[in-house]
Amino acid sequence: MQLIISMKDDIITMGHGSGAGLTQQLIREVFDSEFQLPSYEDSIQIEHRTVVTTDAYVVKPLFFPGGDIGRLSVTGTVNDLCMSGGRPAYIMASFILEEGFKIALLQKIVNSMQKAAEEAGIRIIAGDTKVVERGKCDGIYITTSGIGFLPAGVELSAKMIRVGDRILVNGTIGDHSVAIMNARQNLELEPAPVSDSAPLHEIIQILLGTGGLRYARDATRGGVATILNEVISEKGLGIIIDEKSLPVKEATTALCGLLGLDPLYLANEGKLIAFLSPGNDDLLEDLNKHKYGKGSAFIGEVTEEVQGVYLRTAIGTLRPLLLLASDPLPRIC
Amino acid sequence: MRMKEFQDTSLIRQVTSSIHQAAEKLNGKPVKFMEVCGSHTMAIGHWGIRKLIPETIKLISGPGCPVCVTPSSVIDELIRLKGVTIATFGDLLRVPGSLGNLEEARARGARVETIYSPLEALKLAEKEETILVGIGFETTIPGIAHTILEAQRRKLKYFSVFCLAKLIPPALEALLRDDQAAINGFILPGHVSVIIGLKAYTFLSERFRIGGVVTGFEPLDILLGILRLLEQLPNPEIINEYSRVVKPQGNEEAQKMIKKVFGVSPALWRGLGWLPDSGLVIRGEYEEYDAQKRYNLRVRETEPHPECLCGEMLRGRIKATDCPLFAKTCTPVHPVGPCMVSSEGSCAAHYKYER
Repeated sequence: MQLIISMKDDIITMGHGSGAGLTQQLIREVFDSEFQLPSYEDSIQIEHRTVVTTDAYVVKPLFFPGGDIGRLSVTGTVNDLCMSGGRPAYIMASFILEEGFKIALLQKIVNSMQKAAEEAGIRIIAGDTKVVERGKCDGIYITTSGIGFLPAGVELSAKMIRVGDRILVNGTIGDHSVAIMNARQNLELEPAPVSDSAPLHEIIQILLGTGGLRYARDATRGGVATILNEVISEKGLGIIIDEKSLPVKEATTALCGLLGLDPLYLANEGKLIAFLSPGNDDLLEDLNKHKYGKGSAFIGEVTEEVQGVYLRTAIGTLRPLLLLASDPLPRIC
Repeated sequence: MRMKEFQDTSLIRQVTSSIHQAAEKLNGKPVKFMEVCGSHTMAIGHWGIRKLIPETIKLISGPGCPVCVTPSSVIDELIRLKGVTIATFGDLLRVPGSLGNLEEARARGARVETIYSPLEALKLAEKEETILVGIGFETTIPGIAHTILEAQRRKLKYFSVFCLAKLIPPALEALLRDDQAAINGFILPGHVSVIIGLKAYTFLSERFRIGGVVTGFEPLDILLGILRLLEQLPNPEIINEYSRVVKPQGNEEAQKMIKKVFGVSPALWRGLGWLPDSGLVIRGEYEEYDAQKRYNLRVRETEPHPECLCGEMLRGRIKATDCPLFAKTCTPVHPVGPCMVSSEGSCAAHYKYER
């Protein structure tokens, strides 16, 4: 399952931002070779059970059904903190603004950030602004950094994953990508698909409450298939995902069929993948009571039967779910 | 919309067992069926169809992936153009030319826009000189024809089409003239047939004594297609297993529109060379929208990589793993040959689903 990519490309292409194989290669060969990063996780624990994370937001369009760049910049960072089991506490934000950007729009974005912060129970405590000449950025870019605290006794790690563990997702996958594609390309889907952008701090608390949560990741860029590949790589274990249990909205399935895309590789902004010890059957009921847990489902299992990530298709055949090198491209026909 | 009944496991079991029975009657004689269309190649990999059928039935991929059969010189010509916005479908972005691909060209400053519908190119052309990369088979061609007519109606001055449209039946004829392909039947393309109907394929059974089944893209569609091909081996004919979408006469409105805007010409297929009457050119009445004339663009043959066996693949002679470059020097990120360049190419599908 090794990717065969040469670094012969001497410039950054969009593929390097896809979250897939090219992104990982860029991190490994350009950043990690200098920084010697302690981990590739979305957040990292430093002194005094403090967890920190940072993320940049460049979404286009800035406003879309279900969210906007401001909400994303808060919920995305909150979720990165949560996945370690940490309680998110503070966010700091940097804004790169393009000359000519409307202040009313900026106010709307900042207001949306504050609302998301209140929803997630955190405070935005510091920030920075820079303005660049017209044409040098696409309206606004936001970078947020987050600080959270890890309660005593909580240790989530991919190292704890065992054969027989169940894999859970907290609702339909691909919603964010489909909402953005529809808004960006004027695909005119009716009703307009809505992004799943949401803070997952309460979902993580429900999962921690079972006592059986081993590890969790938010399934953002690259989607469920990419994250599963990252988690399982070099462990000598396998994952089999059951296509029939995958929660996917009909509109997503239809659009993916049309464009030759696979919902398993589409980005989410309010979905996590959790690895749980066997059992925990009552969990789905609790999750479904939460507004960000509707449609939760167990989608697969950790197994020794295969190495790497596989899909049991709806017709019972088994096929690999590879780590893609780059974004999947929509096809001609 | 995916139709759940075409994924029904008990129906699939029934059809699969009928396929095994029909294959047994052949007493171990291998048969080779070609799926012409790239979307079928993808669906066969996606659903793991090969694991359900006897090993004596070989499914081989045909030339029906539009991006795969586009000559790499097209990419060079597009990159050479300066100051023109290139409007293209997404899957052309990573096709390598000798100077790199369009995604890299965009990173270096070229204006390349990904579109989902040809009409989006007109929106771009309202503001800037725009060239639509008109790639595709009969499925996509009516959309390109409509876009040209619409550009004329709106009197757009900054719009043109690099017409690389290709026709499926002449390519099949060329394949059959080649003895080594030894094809026993065709799984015929569902979407292309929506436009051209069934009559366009009758030469297969009448002149070459080889049958074909038009099918859809769900697992049951494909398995039924294979079963019908086995059943009709002694008496080949053209069958429509996709009647929920494909009409025998096709879409006559779309056919008229194609004829109005385009004339038939020879075309250069990457991996197959020049094939007679297999392409379309923009008619004289619409020549102001013909990018080949406007920018003096040329499509020419380029030397393939010496070890690349895509030509053999596209002719149905070998499978992906027979090629020495497959998954070694030739990968989806750095494709060497046409079958790896598009996600619908036979090597790319094999790389993704069946390694």
